[in-house]
Amino acid sequence: MTQPYPVKDLATTLAEQFPGAAEAAGDNCLLVRAASLLKVMAYLKGTAELDFAYLNYITAVDYYSYFEVVYQLTSLTHNHTIVVKTRCPGRNNLSVPSVTGMWQGADYQEREIYDLMGIGFKGHPNLKRLFLWDGFPGHPLRKDFQP
Amino acid sequence: MEVSSDREYIYTSSELDRQEGALIEEVKAGARQAIPDPDGWLEEDVKRNIVLTSIDTVLNWARRSSLWPVICFPACCAFEFIAAEGPRFDMSRFGMEILRASPRQADLMITAGTLTWKMAPVVRRIYNQMPDPKWVIAMGACGVSGGIFRSSYNVVPGYNKIIPVDVYVPGCPPRPEALIHAVQLLQKKIAREHPMPDPCDLVPKGVRR
Repeated sequence: MTQPYPVKDLATTLAEQFPGAAEAAGDNCLLVRAASLLKVMAYLKGTAELDFAYLNYITAVDYYSYFEVVYQLTSLTHNHTIVVKTRCPGRNNLSVPSVTGMWQGADYQEREIYDLMGIGFKGHPNLKRLFLWDGFPGHPLRKDFQP
Repeated sequence: MEVSSDREYIYTSSELDRQEGALIEEVKAGARQAIPDPDGWLEEDVKRNIVLTSIDTVLNWARRSSLWPVICFPACCAFEFIAAEGPRFDMSRFGMEILRASPRQADLMITAGTLTWKMAPVVRRIYNQMPDPKWVIAMGACGVSGGIFRSSYNVVPGYNKIIPVDVYVPGCPPRPEALIHAVQLLQKKIAREHPMPDPCDLVPKGVRR
């Protein structure tokens, strides 16, 4: 059965590799600075003993003062899983680096988050609305959305 | 329109998106009021002679006994409709066994499911492509009024905002029996139609007193 990966040791390793980039948030959750998200993701995917090659999902949460983008990664060889979170403060001109270069499956999920939450993904090849039409006012999954 | 040779298609993907968005906004702006149900003939006074009434009867019998539904299944009511079509409930007893994939061969639209604004122009286009005479059954709570999604930002509050509806079937989803009952009600409604023109209208204008 898939086990959650213990984040404590990983966070110290990451602190040596990329100072200030990531910290542990809870037992199996990694909080990453948005600017160094791609480096940390590449490390998690590329390191042989971690091998988080499978992206389960991407989603986003509205905390009023900031938005949190959540990634779940799984290693199919080691059978362990990890949650990676990154934050973008404010409510306008939000931007998070796109992981479509590493996982093709991130394409539609990032478009969905862009459509419903209004978070831009820097480096996405085709960032446009997915469910709603061009010209729809606002982003309906935000907490302050009024139809 | 000038098409430069280096473009792969006539319209770029973003141009198509803008066109689609404008079309949806246009449909949405024109759908504030519900379209009245087409039932004017039910209250009409009987002013026909006996021969034409018989022709009406024959035409209506033919029309109501061969209702061919077009495939319009946007959401989950489709499964109840499929059950009604299947052998247990067997809607083909009423001459409706053939589901047409082409709207040009159909004369009944059973709107089985929630309609989003993005889908609304498509449903209206399918309806416009059906040849007259044509009827619509709004199936399920979402089809009648938008159902639990009525106040949502992207759901059409009832099909009668988009197309005229003849019979409404409430339920979430309605049982196949309810759908069959709706079809029988529609057949009763069709039986009272007057497809033949008024004989007075056939006489040239000058002759008419």
